[in-house]
Amino acid sequence: MNPPPPRKGTKPGKTILETEVLIIGGGVTGAGIMRDLALRGVHSILIDKRDLCAGASGGNHGLLHSGARYVASDLHSAGECRQENQLLKRLAPQCIEQTGGLFVAVDGDDPQFAEQFPTLCRGAGILCEELTVSEAKRLEPHLSDKLIKAFRVPDATVDPFRLALENVDHSRVINGSIYCPHTELLGFERVGDVIHAAVCRDNRANTQLTIRAGQYINAGGAWAMNIARLAACNDVHLLYSKGTLLISHDRMTHHVINRLRHPGDGDILVPGGTVSVLGTTSTRTDDLENVRPTVAEIDLNIQEGSAMIPALAGARYIRAFSRVRPLLQSTGNTDDRGAARGFVLLDHATQGLTNFCTITGGKLTTFRLMAEKTCDLVTARLGKQEACKTSTVPLPHGEACRWTEPGAAPKYWFKANNPDDMILCECEMVPQSAIDQIVQCAPGIEEEMTLEAIALRSRAGKGPCQGSFCGIRICSYLYDRGYYRDTTGLEHMRNFFNERFKGQRTVIWGQQAAQMELAEALHCGLLGLDTLENH
Amino acid sequence: MKEETRNFTTQLAIIGSGIAGFAASIFAVNRKIATAQIGNTGAVAYTTGYLDLLGKMDGAQAAVNDPWQALEQLRKSQSNHPLSRVAVADIHRGFNEFTAFLGECGIAYSQPEKRNITALTPVGTLKQTLCVPATMAAGPRAFAAKKPCVIIDFIGLKGFSGRQVVANLQDRWPNLGTQRIAFPDMVHGEIYPEVMARALEVPATREKLAYTLKNAAGQAKVIGLPAILGMHCPDHVRAELERLTGLEIFEIPTMPPSVPGIRLRELFEQVLPKKGVTLIPQQKVTALDFDDRGATLSLFDSYGPIRIQAQTVILATGRFLSGGLEAHPDGIREHLLDLPVTQPADRTHWYHDRYTDPRGHAIHRAGIEIDDTFRPLRLDGRPYSDRLFAAGIIIAHQDWIRGRSGAGIAIATAFRAVAEAERYLLAETNPEKRV
Repeated sequence: MNPPPPRKGTKPGKTILETEVLIIGGGVTGAGIMRDLALRGVHSILIDKRDLCAGASGGNHGLLHSGARYVASDLHSAGECRQENQLLKRLAPQCIEQTGGLFVAVDGDDPQFAEQFPTLCRGAGILCEELTVSEAKRLEPHLSDKLIKAFRVPDATVDPFRLALENVDHSRVINGSIYCPHTELLGFERVGDVIHAAVCRDNRANTQLTIRAGQYINAGGAWAMNIARLAACNDVHLLYSKGTLLISHDRMTHHVINRLRHPGDGDILVPGGTVSVLGTTSTRTDDLENVRPTVAEIDLNIQEGSAMIPALAGARYIRAFSRVRPLLQSTGNTDDRGAARGFVLLDHATQGLTNFCTITGGKLTTFRLMAEKTCDLVTARLGKQEACKTSTVPLPHGEACRWTEPGAAPKYWFKANNPDDMILCECEMVPQSAIDQIVQCAPGIEEEMTLEAIALRSRAGKGPCQGSFCGIRICSYLYDRGYYRDTTGLEHMRNFFNERFKGQRTVIWGQQAAQMELAEALHCGLLGLDTLENH
Repeated sequence: MKEETRNFTTQLAIIGSGIAGFAASIFAVNRKIATAQIGNTGAVAYTTGYLDLLGKMDGAQAAVNDPWQALEQLRKSQSNHPLSRVAVADIHRGFNEFTAFLGECGIAYSQPEKRNITALTPVGTLKQTLCVPATMAAGPRAFAAKKPCVIIDFIGLKGFSGRQVVANLQDRWPNLGTQRIAFPDMVHGEIYPEVMARALEVPATREKLAYTLKNAAGQAKVIGLPAILGMHCPDHVRAELERLTGLEIFEIPTMPPSVPGIRLRELFEQVLPKKGVTLIPQQKVTALDFDDRGATLSLFDSYGPIRIQAQTVILATGRFLSGGLEAHPDGIREHLLDLPVTQPADRTHWYHDRYTDPRGHAIHRAGIEIDDTFRPLRLDGRPYSDRLFAAGIIIAHQDWIRGRSGAGIAIATAFRAVAEAERYLLAETNPEKRV
């Protein structure tokens, strides 16, 4: 099969990169595969058409499942979650907060579901402790007065951005494996049962490049079906479910709060540092590229969530986001949440290929296991013997990866005690030195980094002002340091605000409306970003 | 202990302390109307000091060069726009009166001219505005003439980068350069514009800074600084620095809250009470009631409850930032009287998908309705009260952000609202003149 002709304007590139394994898709699975391979002594290149965690990996609750969520619907997944939850807590503690989780039922919820819950958990080997209503209320004062049942389970929270960054960074340290952001797969050069090369485009420079590898892994998540088709494989069958979540200004609870019922809308509230994440809705979609929260989804989440936590009805929200999760198409199942949440690894042997595989489905909690299974197949195909080490080797702390952790930046800043190191993001206290470190050393750095790329690698813009002030300060600092040299820096700033706004649009009321009015007066009224001409 | 209510009576009560509220106070003082003004002055500090009239027509990409001609155009295309409801001559008079007052009280301003001024922003973009403080006037002049110029920035002052200003203007202003210097006696750590401005009111600090500026200017005869040239007598500070350096000097506004905004706030707070205005700047009116004899405003300060009896009231409470309007998930409401608010059908329609959409967002056009005498209207189309008038951006059918028209709407509508209040007061005092 020949690659498609380059898109108009794409400069044909002579760049050829070589590696043992090419991984397509920079979600947590792709990042996990990269590290797993590196630990087995295999070099890889990871590409993503956007950047790390741009898909479902970066658009979820950040919940490290205990497995309890799946005990009624999918015992196998429940067991996998239990095992991975325990492993990750031990091996990657810097990415995890051990919050514990509660499953709560309120008046009107199915009492039978609640009754059988502890038995089901025991069956799956998941710790489950029943709490009295008053104990639960003491632990979480925001819980509804209509609470009728509560159980405690070992749920936790995990920062998927840090997890991906740390995995990528460690791979580089181990054997120089390479991560290329903004690198989109255009097609494969396939001869018979072998792929010889992947033809890609650098979306920032708009140049074409070729990557040659022995093995090719499709870790494209929701995009996995499209990627497989580029290799003429028609055995990946996915359905797409759009989920919308929203972030409150304050942390509403200490624990993860799950509704004790058959999974439905707005029934999980997960703390994340100083905020909480509420979600999710679930609607079928065909569109992978333009998913955005709607007002109706936001209102539904709040309405459902406030049955567990009434304060959610009057809470201040700073952001909402939507992502598409890939669901494995199975017959006879009409409920998207009930559809198998397990993962699938396809070796594409039936499609006549010997060096291409696809891993998709699954969830954040099981990313390591998914990587392990994939790498078992790929190393065997490469004729290597090395066994998986990710279940025993702890994930090291990467210096430049630490800025995504909520509340960590102020600690580093106070500790360094350097008055000349000025704070650029005042909501999250991100100093100049963090920006310097990210621009110089973070995984996936580029010559002229966008503000979005910096925000992905730090807490900048995650606070109540959503970047409307720090975006200006960071941009000014990047000009100052000579990273930005002409009006494209202003375009980066405008694009950053436009990108942040996608998340704000549906939750602008109360104080956020005041915040937004001030931001817009500044960005458009004063700076004129609404009339900026593209370079 | 029950605290005693303090009672005031006044001819005019102005609720709101943004540019509209203060402009109304100034116009009332000049017309010898006994005035009380209440409201948090926070929002004034967010202004840049530039007084825009009309810098952009809705949906247009190009800037407006002749705002007076653009007003005529607006009158035809948007007859319900607040600026279309004030005679052009009145807008002109309002700007003249407002800037003259500021000048007399210590902040000199350029007079409104036939055309907009192309002014500089802290990131090196350009902006159309009508009047600028005298401390900033040399910047637009130097840009227009492309004079050799050096933008100065300071070690420790974040959010203002000379390199950024130059990088974005270099194509249009080839002789523009930049230098970074240390502010006298503030060599380490972060420094703040407000602190620098107050320090420059001390002659010794000016002398030290002048010495550094002279060296930094090199061959250039004009230098631009972030807005830090003094808090209470900026024109004097600038004149002194120009005398000491022999250079022409101008300010560029910084990120809000900026020194030029704080200057205006402090000026209003100090001058208006001296002119006889009862100014209660840090409180919000909690209730406003009308009866046959007048209006009653209720509020509290740290000494207890206050009641103000007023013959007339101007509502200039602003939008979301100042609290005049409240955005709730199910709709936009007017805070004080629950006046009907003209608004989009539901929250889905408040904003376009794209933040910087040049068309502007529908939420900004929401607001209260007024009649031709600037009285807010009830749902049935009748005035809420004959004694109540409105001014500023709480009025519907305008987008002050996209239009670059915030000060223009504030000053023009305040001018009209005060004129209407005055007419009412005259009629009430001399019933035989009532028409």
